Amino acid sequence: MSDSVYMPLLDLACGAFLLAGVLVLWRRDLAAIVRLFALQGAALAALVIVLAAHEGSAGLAAAGVAVGGLRAGLLPHLMRRALVAGGEGQESRPLVNVATSLLVAAVLAMVAYDASQPLVRLTPTPATQAVPVALTVLLVGFFVLVTRRRALSQVVGFLLMDNAITATAFLTAGGVPLVVELGVSLDVLLAVLVLQVLTLRMRAAFGGTDLDELRELRD
Amino acid sequence: MTGLVGAVAQVVVVAVGSPLLVGLMRKIRARLEGRVGAGVLQTWRDLRKLCRKEAISPHGTGWVFRMAPLVLAGTALVVASVVPLVTTQSPMDGVADLFAVAALLALGSVALALGGLDTGTAFGGMGASREVTLLALVEPTILLSVFALSVRVGSTNLGEIVTAAVHDPMAVISPVSLLAAVALGVVTIAETGRIPVDNPSTHLELTMIHEAMVLEYAGPDLALIEWASGMRLFVLLGLLAGLFAPWGIATAGAGPVAVVLALVVLVFKVAVLGAGLAAGEVFMAKLRLFRIPELLAGSFMLALLAVAASYFLA
Repeated sequence: MSDSVYMPLLDLACGAFLLAGVLVLWRRDLAAIVRLFALQGAALAALVIVLAAHEGSAGLAAAGVAVGGLRAGLLPHLMRRALVAGGEGQESRPLVNVATSLLVAAVLAMVAYDASQPLVRLTPTPATQAVPVALTVLLVGFFVLVTRRRALSQVVGFLLMDNAITATAFLTAGGVPLVVELGVSLDVLLAVLVLQVLTLRMRAAFGGTDLDELRELRD
Repeated sequence: MTGLVGAVAQVVVVAVGSPLLVGLMRKIRARLEGRVGAGVLQTWRDLRKLCRKEAISPHGTGWVFRMAPLVLAGTALVVASVVPLVTTQSPMDGVADLFAVAALLALGSVALALGGLDTGTAFGGMGASREVTLLALVEPTILLSVFALSVRVGSTNLGEIVTAAVHDPMAVISPVSLLAAVALGVVTIAETGRIPVDNPSTHLELTMIHEAMVLEYAGPDLALIEWASGMRLFVLLGLLAGLFAPWGIATAGAGPVAVVLALVVLVFKVAVLGAGLAAGEVFMAKLRLFRIPELLAGSFMLALLAVAASYFLA
């Protein structure tokens, strides 16, 4: 693939990846958050496939398809099922309100850009120049994880972080060895399954998944 | 020479065309809502009617109140003459700086807010307070989203940004441009007081922003404000079209034919954008006042991401 096609496609995939991650902060509707997460998974898959096409590596392309299948297909499907079973449609009261959290995301983007400069300077290729995008999503994911109350949006925060880590791996090193990637993916899948079961149990036991109200032990 | 002609032509088009644009948008809304609606020329008739009335200023108001419409209309005309709508070779090119244009727009808004405060009524103060709250988020977003485009060009001169975009139209399709376009689109809606930020056709005390500030104005002053608001809408839509769809704008060395063509293209682009905006408004409800900062903070963040992306994806 020539550079004139590769650069815009890579930029577009990174832009979509970043945008989907940040828009998670904007939406209150849990179903929309899950959709955005699926969109981000698709952008990540597109990113990997563009990298694969640039390097002409079939293994990387297969990894891209696998990543897409897991993160744009299976995980959102599982979360949607948890959402239907849970019956809570809204992230009602995040700890930090939406306007402020969007501004915090802007600051996080600056921090990520600054922090990744040494990394970019090591090998200034187009792919490593997109590392700040992945780090921004990592920080935004962590922010979602600590400021949201619903179990499902915390799961999305956790998965955003994982998406970002995967993206960083592919952007900097052309991916990790297949065994490690498989292990991590299975870990994530398992974590989501466990969290789904946990959410259902919590709902059955307490009638809600607002984690702040579960601080006391009950019998 | 064509630069001077183009600059004069774009001021005339903005001045004459903005009430027609407002009329067109009202007509489209009426049609989509199943009404016949007044004609496109109705806004001009309204302005003529207002101008014939006696100028009245409320008891106890001072020069701030009387100056506000003049400053608003004056800044709108200056912005119309410097922004590259028809030609990038305006004789006032030195003023066509991003920061100067944003400052001129802000000056108009602040003058109107002060005019609203000067009346000392509850509505004037409320409207001014709301307007300034929004302004605090709108102005940085305008600056940032155009700044994101200027990084590629290496200049904050709007003429040069548009010239670069005319010569390299494919550069418009990039994450930077897309993010900046969405951000600038949202703040254009906010700045011109359209749905979902403000509803220009109601006087509901709980939600109105722009209408609350101008409640005490009457006669020629009100006509001037309505006309200036129309011009700001026209200029901002034209700027949006010029930055992200710069086809047809006359650049350096263009002949008189190119200027005429640019005028036609400008009118077409602004009419299409205005029609789209009006059609979108029919399907949308006004946001709660307390949700508007969320929308604007979101667009500010998109603009900031556009600037960041123009550095780290470049």
